[in-house]
Formats: sequence, structure tokens, C-alpha cells
Amino acid sequence: MTGQPGEDYREISFDDRMDGTEFRVSERAHITVDTEVCDSCTVRSCLHVCPAKLFVPRADGGILFNFEQCFECGACYQVCDAEGAITWTYPDGGLGVVFRKG
Amino acid sequence: MTDTYAGPSSASVLLQQPPGKPDFDVLVVGAGPAGSAAALAAARAGCSVALLERGPFPGSKNVYGGVVYGRVLDELVPQWWEEMPVERWVTRRSTMVMTADQALTVDFRSQRWGTAPYNGATAHRADLDGWLAGHAVAAGAVLVPATVATGLLRTTAGTVVGVRTDRPDGDLTARVVIACDGVNSFLAKEAGLHPKQDTARHLTLGVKETLALPREVIEQRFGLTGRDGQDIEILGCTRGIPGGGFLYTNLESVSLGVVVGLPGLATAKVRPEELLADLKAHPAIAPLVRGGRQVEYAAHLIPEGGYDHLPELAGDGLLVAGDAAGMCLAAGIWLEGVNFAIGAGMYAGRAAVAAIGAGDTSQAGLAGYRRALEKSFVLADHRKLRKVPGLVLSERMQRQYPGLICDLAEGLFEVDNPRPKPGLRRLLRTAVRRHGVSPRRLLADAITGMRAFG
Repeated sequence: MTGQPGEDYREISFDDRMDGTEFRVSERAHITVDTEVCDSCTVRSCLHVCPAKLFVPRADGGILFNFEQCFECGACYQVCDAEGAITWTYPDGGLGVVFRKG
Repeated sequence: MTDTYAGPSSASVLLQQPPGKPDFDVLVVGAGPAGSAAALAAARAGCSVALLERGPFPGSKNVYGGVVYGRVLDELVPQWWEEMPVERWVTRRSTMVMTADQALTVDFRSQRWGTAPYNGATAHRADLDGWLAGHAVAAGAVLVPATVATGLLRTTAGTVVGVRTDRPDGDLTARVVIACDGVNSFLAKEAGLHPKQDTARHLTLGVKETLALPREVIEQRFGLTGRDGQDIEILGCTRGIPGGGFLYTNLESVSLGVVVGLPGLATAKVRPEELLADLKAHPAIAPLVRGGRQVEYAAHLIPEGGYDHLPELAGDGLLVAGDAAGMCLAAGIWLEGVNFAIGAGMYAGRAAVAAIGAGDTSQAGLAGYRRALEKSFVLADHRKLRKVPGLVLSERMQRQYPGLICDLAEGLFEVDNPRPKPGLRRLLRTAVRRHGVSPRRLLADAITGMRAFG
């Protein structure tokens, strides 16, 4: 992704997509997930709405979850409200995502 | 549906003893446009003010489409346009309606908007928010960055008297707390100002790519010179999921984004970046963004419920402004937020000052805030356009009308010799039939639209 003429700018891996955004990762997970609830969840809206793709399905049917590259938008807990698996807080002061071009 | 919220502040801290002399007159949580305007107004009036920001600097947690309308600043920062950190002045304003392979654009330009006192501007929030916070600090407010307000301090009677923070010994007390803590506003929720049910229904998710392009390339492609800029709003680019898109020019980058209703996105089982990829590949957009190197990917929730879904705006010792109070206007041709945040913050700051002066910071004592908002553009515009968010996000507007409009244009402009030209009425009839729109429904929507915008 150098933006040279002729290069297909549309092809971008998700990792590359996240590369430009700065994160000051906290040791404390600011989101926690009760995976027992996830195991019985059939909706799994978090997989689709999380813009940072922090929720991914596991081969055994569970959900794998990461908090480090979180945009702190809140979409996950909003759609999961009914299921009640996600506990969402802000990262500690000064940590988490740092937008420069927002 | 649970009746508790996620968030750092699931329970208030109850103080058995009312605090003595408070640390500050006014405590503002969140140094976005609402918070900084509130802090600026209160500090200017002589109050002691603390301005809390959870990010390392103001704007670092904030994302928007990319256009700010600064007229509201005339009152707070005269000649603001001479110093506001602007990327480009919007002199070209376009609305694009598209299907997968068609696009009809209404394109307006006014060079008057490129001269003082200006209309809209593109700007990055890290610059814009920092600039406005700087004005609050210059007026005497104390900016406390990298600090999360984790809960409200309340008396046993329920009056808000401060916040707990995530700093050691982090309780801060004040006569009035102004919550400008954004769309998720855990403070306003904790105070019971937001309805507890079905909160996701009026939220949209915005995702945005900032794509770097050389300045002269942007100016060539968008037909711009100097600091002139273009702002394109797009309908029909979200695979029928309620929402829309945008493309704004910055000085040396463009902001490309989509905004989609959260419930619609969840049920469509489409990921947001797939919608962005669609938009980037669209024949009307691809030539404008080709070769753009992505320098930042960002996302944020937007409160789009409008007037009918505003929370309570005041409690005992507490005011709410900006996104925390749902003050985003998403009404089709008008998409505004920062201006409402600044206006609301300014009135909140003034209402806090007045209440403190009168010695009554109860909900009744702070009621001047709502009255001032109702009289100003902040709630007058929301009230006037209360029906529009529903219309814009309706099934018909999203799934049927873009195709109908594009087909109508295609029929109108197509030269189909040797067949004689079809009349507009016949074209409309054909398009209406092809897209399964009931003519009565179309008429009803047209009337609703005229009434709402009129």
C-alpha cells in the first residue's frame, strides 16, 4: 500500500487497514466477555458490527475476542445488550485509540 | 434486554456527607466541541472550571464525517475563521444518489463560501478540538487530559456534586457537572437521563478511511483551487442497509466513509469495511480516490434519533450537551453535529453560570438551559426536522428511491433514436413500477418530505 499509480488501492488486508491507526494498549482489558453466554448465542451481531474486527468465530463454535485495537465506539455492547455477554468500559485515561485524522 | 449499562460508571458514588466547598464551580467532562464550548463560556463568566478529557489530548477519541459549520462560533470566538485549524473551505456541496452502476449528483458550488465569514470547512478533530479546548484554557479553564470520569458523585438525595476519576485520589467536586462525554455518555445514563431500553435503535455506526493524496491531485480531480473544498453526501451505497456515505476533501487527503444503522448492520451480516470497499470501487467514486494511501481507519457511533429521542437534558447539579445529549442532526441534506455541540455547550455553560449565581443548581434552577436551546437553532432545527431521520432511514428511501431516481435520470438523458423520446410522466411510471414503489406511498413521502423540510 504505497499508493503508486497502477497499484490496486482497493485491495487492503484488514491488518494493513488497522496499521495507520495509533493504539496505546493498556494492560487492563477494558472489555470483558462472558464466553459462556457467547456459546449459546445464535445472533452473534458482534462479529459483524465491530469495525475493528475484534470478535472472530472459533473453529469449535466459540468466539475469540481481543481488546487491543479497539476504536472504543461501543457498537459491540450496544448490539449485545440483549445477550448480555459484553461488559464495556473505557480504557484507562490516556490509553487506547488515538485518532489523528478523526 | 438488561436494565444496566455497560460502562465504567455502573453505579454512582454516594456521599453520606455533602462536600464542603467544591473544588470547582463547574466540572466539564469531555473536551470535545460541546465540552470546550461549555468550559469556555463558564470560564469567561468568571467561574472556576475543570475540563476533563479521557484521551491523551482533546480530539484523540473523536471521529466525525469531516465537515464543521462554524457560524455558531461568532459569539464565542469572533473572527474564528482566521485561526481555526481548517483543511479546506467547502465551496462545492454535492448530493449523490447511486445504485451499483449509476449515480446522479446534484452539485452546487458557491465561491462566496470560500471567503469570510465562510460556511463549512473540513478539519481533523485532533486539530479542531484541540484548538477550541485551547480557547477554554486561555479563558481560565483547567484542562485535565488522560483522565476518565468513572462515575458521578451524588448526595444521598441524588444531587450530582462531582465525579470520581481513574486517578489516585481522583474525586473532583463541583457545583455543576456538565456531561459532554460523548455518544456513549455513561454519566448521563447513570443519572437516569437516557431511556434504558432499546438504545441501539437510534444509533448509527460511522466508519471512515483517510486516504492520502497529493494536494494537486485532489485539486485536479475535484475541480478545486487553493483552500476550496468539496463535500459529497451519498445515498444508496449501503446495500439497502439504512445509512449513507460521504467523501470530503482535506488539504492532502480525502475522507471516505459510510454510516449505517446499527440494527440494520447487525441483521444484514455485512461488515462495515465491505461497504467501504464497495463504495471505493463504485465507478463514480473510484476515479476520485484512486491511489489514495490509507493513513487512518476510524469508527464512531452517532446518535441519530433526532428531537423525538433526546434524553432529559438536566438533573440536579447536572447538564448534558453534545453527542451525550443526542444532538446530531442527520436529516438527509443536512448532516451536522459539531455546530450543535458547540451551541449546546455554550448554552450549558451559561446556564450553569446563571444557576450558580442564583444559588440554585437543582434541576429547576438549571432549566434555563433547555429554554435557551429551544429558542436557538440547536433544538429549533431538531424540532423542525424531527420527522426526517425516520424518512431518510426508511426502507423506501434506502432500497427503492435511489434506483428509481437513477433510472428516471437515465431514461431522461438516454437518446434512444429512432424511437421517439418518452415523456417524463411515462418514465416516472415505468421507474415506479420497476422498483415496486406504490405511487400513493411515493406521494405521501414527497408530502412528508416537503412538510419536514418546509
